[in-house]
Amino acid sequence: MDITLPILILAIPISMFLILGIGGVKMSRKTAGVLGILGMGTTLTLAYTVAFTYFFSGDPAFIVDGVRQQLQVFDVTWLAFTDTLVVHLGFLLDPISAMMLVVITTISFMVHLYSWGYMEHEPGFQRYYSFLSLFSFSMLGLVVATNIFQMYIFWELVGVSSYLLIGFFYKLPSAVSASKKAFIVTRFADLGFLIGILLLSFYTDTFNFMELTHNPEGVLASTGGATFMGASVLTWALVLIYVGGMGKSAMMPLHIWLPDAMEGPTPVSALIHAATMVVAGVYLVARMFPVYLMEETALLFITCVGAITAFYAAVVACCQIDIKRILAFSTISQIAFMMVALGVTRPGLHDGMGYMSSMFHLFTHAMFKALLFLGAGALIHAVHSNNYTEMGGLRKYMPITHWTFLIGCLAIAGIWPFAGFFSKDEMLTAMFANNWIWGAWMTMVAGLTAFYMFRMYFMVFWWEENPHYKEHKPHDAPWQMSVPLIFLAAVSCVSGFIPFGELVTWNRLPYHIHIDPQVATTSLIIAAFGIGLAAWLFMKRNHKPAAMKNAMPGLWKAANRRFYWDEFYMFVTHKIIFNIFCRSIAWFDRHVIDATMDGFAKVTQKTSVAVKGMQSGSIQAYVVWYFLGAVAVAAITWICLL
Amino acid sequence: MFGNILIWFVIIPIIMMAGLGVCRNSSMNAIRTVMTVCSTALLGLAIWLCVDFLGLRAAGETAEMLYTGSWMWYAPLNIELAVGVDGISVLMILLSAIIVFAGVFASWKINPLPKNFFLWFALLSTGVFGFFISIDIFTMFMFYEVALIPMYLLIGVWGTGRKEYSAMKLTLMLMGGSAFLMLGLLGIYWHSGPEGHLTWNILEISKNGCIDPSWQRLLFCLTFVGFGVLGAMFPFHTWSPDGHASAPTAVSMLHAGVLMKLGGYGCFRIAIYLLPQAANELAWIFIILTGISVVYGALSACVQTDLKYINAYSSVSHCGMVLFAILMLTQTAMTGAILQMLSHGLMTALFFALIGMIYGRTHTRDIRQMGGLMKIMPYLGVCYMIAGFASLGLPGLSGFVAEMTIFFGSFEHTDLFHRSFVIAGTCSIVITAVYILRVVGKLLLGPVQDEHHLQLTDASWYERFSTVTLILAIAGIGCFPNWINETIQHSFVPIIESLTQAAI
Repeated sequence: MDITLPILILAIPISMFLILGIGGVKMSRKTAGVLGILGMGTTLTLAYTVAFTYFFSGDPAFIVDGVRQQLQVFDVTWLAFTDTLVVHLGFLLDPISAMMLVVITTISFMVHLYSWGYMEHEPGFQRYYSFLSLFSFSMLGLVVATNIFQMYIFWELVGVSSYLLIGFFYKLPSAVSASKKAFIVTRFADLGFLIGILLLSFYTDTFNFMELTHNPEGVLASTGGATFMGASVLTWALVLIYVGGMGKSAMMPLHIWLPDAMEGPTPVSALIHAATMVVAGVYLVARMFPVYLMEETALLFITCVGAITAFYAAVVACCQIDIKRILAFSTISQIAFMMVALGVTRPGLHDGMGYMSSMFHLFTHAMFKALLFLGAGALIHAVHSNNYTEMGGLRKYMPITHWTFLIGCLAIAGIWPFAGFFSKDEMLTAMFANNWIWGAWMTMVAGLTAFYMFRMYFMVFWWEENPHYKEHKPHDAPWQMSVPLIFLAAVSCVSGFIPFGELVTWNRLPYHIHIDPQVATTSLIIAAFGIGLAAWLFMKRNHKPAAMKNAMPGLWKAANRRFYWDEFYMFVTHKIIFNIFCRSIAWFDRHVIDATMDGFAKVTQKTSVAVKGMQSGSIQAYVVWYFLGAVAVAAITWICLL
Repeated sequence: MFGNILIWFVIIPIIMMAGLGVCRNSSMNAIRTVMTVCSTALLGLAIWLCVDFLGLRAAGETAEMLYTGSWMWYAPLNIELAVGVDGISVLMILLSAIIVFAGVFASWKINPLPKNFFLWFALLSTGVFGFFISIDIFTMFMFYEVALIPMYLLIGVWGTGRKEYSAMKLTLMLMGGSAFLMLGLLGIYWHSGPEGHLTWNILEISKNGCIDPSWQRLLFCLTFVGFGVLGAMFPFHTWSPDGHASAPTAVSMLHAGVLMKLGGYGCFRIAIYLLPQAANELAWIFIILTGISVVYGALSACVQTDLKYINAYSSVSHCGMVLFAILMLTQTAMTGAILQMLSHGLMTALFFALIGMIYGRTHTRDIRQMGGLMKIMPYLGVCYMIAGFASLGLPGLSGFVAEMTIFFGSFEHTDLFHRSFVIAGTCSIVITAVYILRVVGKLLLGPVQDEHHLQLTDASWYERFSTVTLILAIAGIGCFPNWINETIQHSFVPIIESLTQAAI
């Protein structure tokens, strides 16, 4: 493949970042906005061209005997650690990276457009667009990484873009602390990732994904059966690498940053914290999947973490009142779904269907979750509050937002024929194929998903109108915001029919999707039950929700406070690490080490003061000393002679 | 003698001092002109040296040291003025030139006694450059002392806060280190060759390689501790927080940026290279100490409230990483150490420059009394953030490259001892993120704390000039690190060779 397009895909966003970042101060808002949108639009066109050429051209470079090829379009040396261990920067084109190119550029473009309306009156508009470009660059660089170290580089860069964008409203202390928290929690996870890479590259002596994944048996063999604390070294490496993924993808117990990240502007939440960056963990596992297949334990770990997280986040989402927080927990839960689907994948079970369905869900989820976030942005824009208690009955005032939001909710709940139905059904089938426990557990989570999403939907669009509407009538958003909503809603309606199995599979062979009627019916019934329950409880103003809440206040409060994870972390970091460790070290440094040094000085000084008295200048004193000295010498000589 | 390019790195600062001597005390413009011209000349010369050096290497020049030359200075003791550089010293010279250049602009409005300030400043640079070009350990030591002494006056006269105490403490502690060092160097000299052929020349000593192992152990400890004091090795680091806190801006820049590198460079060039057997045997002791430095410095930085203390402790952590990496004795880790020296030099200089600029405006360095400065001085705020990101190891800036090279190089050791220290070292990337973001959050973001700060102005042209130079260098290393690898590759060959030979 010609390298111009791939290079441009990366070069345009980074140059936009530099242009808008350095020259933004001198630009008008309009120029900055138009530049940003045009830049992203061009990137979108180029990325679509690349992806479509890759998937549909049938060129023998991309597909040979039905097997889709992986190819490194370019791969340049960046830094040589040793002669063999060299970091490259390159562009890897294969089914998942091509799919991610489409996802990232689509959502990013929609968000660029939407932000033009949403951020219109905010100060720092130019800065905002430059950060968006930085993020798009980093995320694109991450998905096309040819080697794990390149991924780590861009992994850090998306982390910092996320930090900058969460803290965009930097005058608000809550935004500042949320951005700090997001960065530090993910940094902590990245420590695991780094150690994982250190281990893996030490044994395999390569970072390259193709070398690793084309010969996973060789990777296993290269460790020479070394073990550490009962687990093989490869398991350790893979689990540690996955810890990096847990941080970015907000798996328990490293999920605490994501709900707080909602302090950032809403379009940012749609782009980074719903559709793209948070699925980096899933993408990482998918990228390394053949290696993960070598270690059953690592896959089991992924599955368990995912299953617990999915359930936890769904329960918490049922008890939040901030609509962005509900969406955040829903994102955590859905990503956990993808993780479980990857964790249960085995080549022998439906030809590795779990992998395909996980990627499928990644795609559809990106679309409908971005839609929901952008819809939530439109609501917040209209009502000036994040809480659904300030909303209600909005369907009459904001028809476009209402219909598109409804489509998003139906899609995430998994109702036929919306996108989520297809991907979720495939995932559940794969889970049932591995073990009915995973299937049943995740079906229950799917039911909860339908319930909490429609709880929010009914509370926002039905329930009872907020009396403030009379003073300040809410209305639909301007066209820049409506167009992305309508586009993403349309995608959410039709993307379920994409023959995904033909395009993205674990072994890159085509796979024919067939709906398992049993699983499909069960999940549909459960989703319908969840929606029905939500409608019964929340459609009209009534006392049932309050009664339920009062019936089990402890549970409600605990779920509302996210089961006290944040308090726990605050306790550990502030009370223990900060107050006990850091303070005592700082004290030790001043009062022990430094005091010792000062002590040397003091002793020297005291001695010299003491000795100085002997040089008194008084003849009598000298005579006394002389006499005493003479006696002493005489005495010593006498003793020695004896 | 004057045909040797290296000598000019010492001559130009001397010309600088002479030029300043001619200037009148009150004519600020003349002083500035002299400083600008000379520091630009130094920077230009350093860049030229770097390019020329790479050219020679590309042309297949494989000698260990290039541009060598030696002139007898004191025949009875074989003391020579011997110069020569390899890739590492070339980069160190470049680093020093960049920081001297940026330092001149950072102290554009130094007050009082600008002429005297710059005189000492120039003397300090003479020492620094002299140290890096020397390959005769006696002259090296002499230049080392020349660089240390002006520090006392620079802090004592132009400093802030408890400046007399700090100046005294810094000088005495470093002099204490020098005492160890002097003993160590004398020891090396007396064992440097067969009777009647004693030498101070590094190349010859290493070629003779006849220092007795039992002596090596003693001398290694003496020289490593001696240089380690300057490299802020635990527990000899306490001069650093007080010294930096009291020093004026340009002095902090030069001190943290270059002078602390003298320690790392010395450990590498003398302790490890000349005493390889002891290095193999005793590295573990110092790995423990420097490993402590790395984590301890970072944890201490987390609770400081004075901006300069935070960066001083962060320097303890980062310079600890330099020594830590050197002690790993693998080529990759040592490459990382050199990268970390460059990276730390540039970013700490940037930090101290910015802190000086902020302090010059707000008259406080207490982060509890400041806040929301990003709104008031966006340019300085953005630069501070960039420095912070470099410090916490963001890819694309220099810190990341250095740390990663160190970690990957250190991980080549498979035993539990090394592995556990490497993993402890990697933890510092999280702790660094904590203290950097804490400062950024308190200082730059959030609401404005003090109403008076609203009237403050953003950076002036010379301040911008100074910071942009440093930022470009940081980003240059961060984005294109491989040329540094290529520059220094050759320099490790003899060192690794002598280490492996000593191990047998």
